[in-house]
Amino acid sequence: MAADHAGAASSPGARALTAIGIAIALGFAGALASLVPAVAGGAAPSVAVPWLPALGVALAFRVDGLSLLFALLISGIGALVLLYAHRYLRGHPHAARLQLFLTLFMLSMLGLVLADDAVVLFVFWELTTVTSYLLIGFDSESAKSRRAALQAMLVTGSGGLALLVGLLILGGVTGTLRISEWIAAGSVAGQVAYTAVFALVVLAAFTKSAQFPFHFWLPGAMAAPTPVSAYLHSATMVKAGVYLLMRMHPVLGGTELWFWTLTVAGSATALWASIVALRQTDLKLALAYSTVTALGFLVLFVGAEIGIAITAAVTFLIVHAFYKSALFLVVGIVDHATGTREAQRLGGLARTMPTTAAAAGLAALSMAGFPPLLGFIGKELKYEAALAIVSQPLVLATLLVVANALTFAVAAVVAFRPFWRGEPETPRMPHEAPRRMRAGPLLLAAAGFAFGVYPELVGRYLVEPAVAAIRATPMEVDLKLWHGVNVPLAMSVATALLGLAIYAAHERVRAVLARAVSALPLTGERAFDASLDALRSFAAFQTRILQGGSLRRYLFATWLVLPAAVGSVLVLRGGLAWPASPSPVPVYAWPIVLLVAAGSIAPIVTTSRLASIAALGLVGAGVSLLYLLFGAPDVAMTQLLVETLTVVIVAVVLLRLPRFSGRDHPGSAGRARDAALAIAAGTTVSALLLAVLASPLDPSLSDWFAANALPAGFGRNVVNVVIVDFRALDTLGEITVVTVAACAAYALLKLRPGASSEQEGA
Amino acid sequence: MEVLLAILIGVMFGASVYLMLSRNWVRYLFGFIVISNAVNLLLFAVGRVELGRPALVPPGLAAPDGPVANSLPQALILTAIVIGFGLLAFALVLASRAWAELGTVDVDAMRVAEPREDAAREGRDA
Repeated sequence: MAADHAGAASSPGARALTAIGIAIALGFAGALASLVPAVAGGAAPSVAVPWLPALGVALAFRVDGLSLLFALLISGIGALVLLYAHRYLRGHPHAARLQLFLTLFMLSMLGLVLADDAVVLFVFWELTTVTSYLLIGFDSESAKSRRAALQAMLVTGSGGLALLVGLLILGGVTGTLRISEWIAAGSVAGQVAYTAVFALVVLAAFTKSAQFPFHFWLPGAMAAPTPVSAYLHSATMVKAGVYLLMRMHPVLGGTELWFWTLTVAGSATALWASIVALRQTDLKLALAYSTVTALGFLVLFVGAEIGIAITAAVTFLIVHAFYKSALFLVVGIVDHATGTREAQRLGGLARTMPTTAAAAGLAALSMAGFPPLLGFIGKELKYEAALAIVSQPLVLATLLVVANALTFAVAAVVAFRPFWRGEPETPRMPHEAPRRMRAGPLLLAAAGFAFGVYPELVGRYLVEPAVAAIRATPMEVDLKLWHGVNVPLAMSVATALLGLAIYAAHERVRAVLARAVSALPLTGERAFDASLDALRSFAAFQTRILQGGSLRRYLFATWLVLPAAVGSVLVLRGGLAWPASPSPVPVYAWPIVLLVAAGSIAPIVTTSRLASIAALGLVGAGVSLLYLLFGAPDVAMTQLLVETLTVVIVAVVLLRLPRFSGRDHPGSAGRARDAALAIAAGTTVSALLLAVLASPLDPSLSDWFAANALPAGFGRNVVNVVIVDFRALDTLGEITVVTVAACAAYALLKLRPGASSEQEGA
Repeated sequence: MEVLLAILIGVMFGASVYLMLSRNWVRYLFGFIVISNAVNLLLFAVGRVELGRPALVPPGLAAPDGPVANSLPQALILTAIVIGFGLLAFALVLASRAWAELGTVDVDAMRVAEPREDAAREGRDA
C-alpha cells in the first residue's frame, strides 16, 4: 500500500499533523522523563480536578513508577512511529487521517495509564478501543480490514463493559473511585464481591491483551498499516490489559484464584501462540503471533506474588516493547522496498539494505535472548522467576524453554533469514529505506543493546519504581547482565540449542503445523463468527415476535399492559379501594346507564351493520344525557352534535364497505382469549376509577377557574371561559387537529396516486 | 352514582377492547367510537359528579353561588370530543379508501407496510 505512493509528496495537512503529533509525544516524553528521578525516589506526583463531584468522580491523574514506565514507552515509541508513518504513507490520500488517529490513540493510551480515577480509566480504556478501531480499519475500502477492526472493537469493547461493572462494584465495596486509595487500602480478597470484581477485571484484561481464548482478534488487527501494528503491538493497545492487571495487582492479586487463572491462561496463551507463530509465512503475521506469546508471558508473571516474577514481567515488558516495535518497522521497510512480506520469497537483503539489516539483527538478537542485549536479561529473569514460583517449577520452566525456543526460531525466520540467507525473488528490486524510516527501528534496536550493556540504569530508574508500584512495597532491583553459571544460564543454552534446531527444521515443522491447525474443529475466529451469527438470528427472531406486522397482535400486547402492569400493581400493592360514601343513584339514571352498556356490547353480538350504527348512536346519546344530568350542558350539547355527525358519516361510509362476517376473531380459542383480555382490561379500568374516586380530589384549579371566570375572563359560563381564554392554546391545537384531519381526509378521497403520477409522467 | 359510572365505564372499555381486536377494521372503528366515549366519561367521573349544578356565574355575583360541577374536566372533554371526531372521520375515510385500493378490510391481510415475505426472508438470511 505504502509503496504505491512512494514517489508522491506528502500533503501539507499530513505534514502539519505529523509535526503536531510528534510535538505532543515529545512534550509528554520530556515532561515524564523529568519526573523520573523524583518517582524513582518514591514520589508520585498527582493532580485531581473535580468532574462529577456528586458521584465522587474526579479527573485525577497520578504518575507512579508503573504509570511512568508505560507513559514513557507510549510517548517515546509514539514519536518514532509517527515519524516513520509519515514517510511510510507519503502521498497516501489519507496520510493526514492516519497521523491524526495515531495521535488520538496515543493520547488515549496516555490517559489510560496516567488515570487515577476508575471512571476516567474506563473512559480512556474505551477511547483506546474506539481509536484502535479507526486505526485497524484505516484501509476502509478493504473488507478484510473492516472486519478486523470490527472484531477488535467488539472483543475489546465487551471487555470494556465488564471493566466498567467491575470497577463500579469495587468502588461500591471500597467507598471510593480513586485507584491510589484502593491500592493504599490493600487487597479486597476477603470481600464477598471479590470473585465478581476479579472475573470482570480479568475478562477486560484478557480481551484487551488477547489472552486465550480471546487471542484471535490480535493477528487480524495486523490488517492495519505496519506502523500502526508496530505501535499497537509494542507499547500500547495490547499492553493495556497487562497494565490493568499490574495496576490492580495490590487490590486483587495474591489469591489462589488470581494466581491460577493468570498462570494457566498466560502459559496456555504463550505456548499456543508461539507454536502458531512458527506456522506463519507472512512476516507480519509471525510477529503478530509472537506478540500474543509475549503477552502470555507477561500475564503469567503478573499472576505471581514474588518480587522476582514481577521484576521479570516489567523487564520483559521493556524488552518486548523495543524489539517488537523495531521488528514491525523493519518488516514495514522490507515490504516497502521489495513488495512482499512472504518469508519464502525474501533473502540476501543485507547486501542492499545494510542499515535495516543491522536494526533487524539487533532486535532479533534481543528477541532471541542473546547477551549482551536487554532481551537476554529479560529471559534470564523469566527463568529465574519460573524456578522461584514454588508450585510446579518444572512444568513451568519446561514450558518457558519451549516457548522461548519457538520465539528464538521465529526471530530467526523474521529477521535473520531474509537478510543473510538465500537470494531475493521479490517483485521489486530491493533498495535501502529512506532515512526517516530507518531512524525508528535503528534507535529502538539500539536502545535494546544500550540498555543491555548498562542494565543498572534501567533497573534503578524504570524497573524498580514500577515493581514497587505493582507490589505496593518498595523493593530493590539490580539488573545484571552476568549472573554467573547457574540454572537459568543452562536453560538459556538449552533454549538456544532447541531454537536452532527448530529453525533448521522450520519449513518441515511449518507444514506439519499448518495441517494440524487447520484440522482443529473450533477456533476463536469461528467461535466469534458463530456468536455474531447467533446474535443476528436472535435479533431477527425477536423482531419477528415483537414486530410481526400483525395489527391485532400489537393491539393485544398493548392492551395486555393495562391489566398486567396497572391491574397487578393495584391488587398486589393494596391499591384497591371503594369510595367512602357513594352518592345514591337517581332512578332515571338507571335506564340511561343500561342503554349505554347495551349499546356498547351490541356491535359485538350483531352482524347487522345498521343495528351496529343504531347501537353506537345509543351510546353517544346516552353519554350526552349523562353529561346533562351531572351539570355539563355544554359538553352534552357538543356530544350530541358530534354524535349525530358521526352516525351520519359512519352510515355513509359503511354503505361502501363489505358486510360483516360472523368470524372476526379467528377460532373459538382466539375468541376466548380476546374476550378474556377485554374483561380483564375493563375490570382494571373500573377498579382504577374506584380507587381514584376513593382518594380526595384537589379542587384548587377548578376553584380558581370558577373564581376568576368573571373578573378575569369576563364570562359567566366557566367552562366556556376555560376553553376560549384560560386554555385557549389547547383549543387552537384542537382546531389545528381537526383541520389537518379534514385536509387529510379530503386528500384521501380525491387524490388517486396511481392515476395522477401517470398523468404527471406523461 | 360514581360506583355505577365506574362499572359502566369498565363495561364500555371491555366492549371496545374486544371490538378493537377484531379482524374487521370497521369493527375496530366501532371499538374506537366506544372507547372515545368511555375515556371522556372516565375524565368526567374522575372530576367527581354532582347532580344538576352547571358551572355558571349567576347575574349579580362575581363567582358561582355554592358548589357547582367541576369545570376543568368538562373543558378537557370538549376538546377531546372534537379531536376524537376528527380522528374518527379520517379513519373512516381511510377505511373506505383502503377497501377501494386493497379490496379488504381484514387487518390481518393488510400487510403492505410490513409484508409477510420480508419477515420470512429475514429469517432465512439469519
